[in-house]
Amino acid sequence: MLGYIVSRLFSAFIVVFGVVFIVFMLIHMVPGDPVEVMLGESASVVDREMLRHALGLDQSLPQQFINYLNKLAHFDLGQSLHSKKAISELLSERIIPTLELSIAALLVAFLIAFPLGIMAALKKGKAADTAAMVFSLTGISIPNFLMGPLLILVFAIMLGWFPVSGRDGLSSLVLPALTLGTALAAILSRMIRASLLEVLNEDYIRTARAKGLGTMRVIGLHALKNAMLPVITLIGLQIGALLAGAVITEMVFSWPGLGQLTIESIQKRDYPVVQACILLISTTYVVINTLTDIVYGMLDPRIRISQ
Amino acid sequence: MNRVRSFNAGFYVSSAVLFVWLLMVLSVPFLDLHPNTVSLEKILNLPDADSFLGYDDLGRPLFDRLLAGAYTSFSVAFGVVLVSLFVGTTIGVLSGYAGGQWDHLTVRIIDIFMAFPGILLAIALSGLMGPGIGNVIIALSVVGWVGFARLSRAQVMSIKQSEHVLAARALGASHGRIIGYHILPLIVAPLLIELTFGIASIVIAEAGLSFLGLGIQAPEASWGSMIRDGAQYLLMAPHMVLVPGVALMLVVMAVNMVGDGVRDWLDIKGKK
Repeated sequence: MLGYIVSRLFSAFIVVFGVVFIVFMLIHMVPGDPVEVMLGESASVVDREMLRHALGLDQSLPQQFINYLNKLAHFDLGQSLHSKKAISELLSERIIPTLELSIAALLVAFLIAFPLGIMAALKKGKAADTAAMVFSLTGISIPNFLMGPLLILVFAIMLGWFPVSGRDGLSSLVLPALTLGTALAAILSRMIRASLLEVLNEDYIRTARAKGLGTMRVIGLHALKNAMLPVITLIGLQIGALLAGAVITEMVFSWPGLGQLTIESIQKRDYPVVQACILLISTTYVVINTLTDIVYGMLDPRIRISQ
Repeated sequence: MNRVRSFNAGFYVSSAVLFVWLLMVLSVPFLDLHPNTVSLEKILNLPDADSFLGYDDLGRPLFDRLLAGAYTSFSVAFGVVLVSLFVGTTIGVLSGYAGGQWDHLTVRIIDIFMAFPGILLAIALSGLMGPGIGNVIIALSVVGWVGFARLSRAQVMSIKQSEHVLAARALGASHGRIIGYHILPLIVAPLLIELTFGIASIVIAEAGLSFLGLGIQAPEASWGSMIRDGAQYLLMAPHMVLVPGVALMLVVMAVNMVGDGVRDWLDIKGKK
């Protein structure tokens, strides 16, 4: 088990290193002179050279990368070109709203996906199953940036139940969480259905039924537990879609999270902040997936032995 | 029991929907469309004889913009799919076939690209490179090749162990011939499925980038930017969001259903 954990952590370390390299290279993807793009054409030569020096862009590429790594190792993300604040400070202001939104969306997804997936599996081939799967296909096909405005139209403008945008109390969280959560619920309910159907054919389920257990007990005690393994992996992977979807959802609802900071910084050409946001979101994703892998390995010995 | 190879009704309906869209998109260059013609007296108007889908906040006919947006959407989707398919499959097949150190390296690189959630890397790239259809295709291809590489590598890894490949090698066939004649034809089916679902996610991703203002540059139409423009006029003119929104949903749904149909049709394991 320890060997498995160590090998997972080692892989994660290499991946994070690669992610840092790509994020570092991003600033060199700016066409032309990034300094000129950031400051605008009217900036004086002195200002340009100062920024170039401050960003270390006057050094050789390998030297720049070493400096970048060195700063990261000291948790120094630099400062925003726009607000002149420390980037770490900017990020810490934005993490909580994004976490709030993601956790609420995950909750929405569970609350929809489990009843839906279980019902579809139990009523396989019947009307309820078809209805659930049509809902799922619709959910997958409606992107966040369409779902958001539609929910705003109905529940904020027409019914006036929730605020249109912003982050002010629990009621402002409902619509963004629904927007982000339904897409995940759609995928998750399909997976739960498929996974349950596979398990329901197993002998031990027939045994459980034969000894007279009710449907609820068979599903709750015997089937779900074993059907959960592939679902857990999917949830880990879907956290990525959740984090990327949060970027768009935050823009739709003016939710002051990391995603909004990313897009605002792109618009302001504040590239060091963009780099820091991408780095933080991606690293979070890697950490979550590594944890999922480790939990999976603990739950299912076959996984860690095959490694 | 042999299952008869047939598609369900949903597959035929969605194929028809896609075919109609494709015809419309292909005819866009020959139609007399005015997607960028501003007419101030028609701002936010509902449908009339000239535009049966109404007008947007600048009085531009929504039907014309919808078709122009479809043209953008389909062009980007085909561009990205072609680039990703070519780059991804080449890397995946060579890496899976060669094995060893190169394969290890490729797997690491794939893992690193997969560490960026969803279209986050594309958001960053197109944000930094600036808007424009070319940059959108580049940004989405940088994200898109990984799926094809992963899939084709895994397929080649298992097929290269099979007996007909060993036999070909024993007969002295060159690597090129083994890959081209004995391996590639066998991985076409899974790649085709991946490609179909890929188109759906690229259509959404392009619209997403344009929604964020990072995709197609104004005044050119994209479904994403149309939805963004319309979101400001939800109460006065919900058709501004609904027209491109429903179109996007229909296309993505149809592509997904065709993908499901093709997968079921090709799925040999599923036939019992």
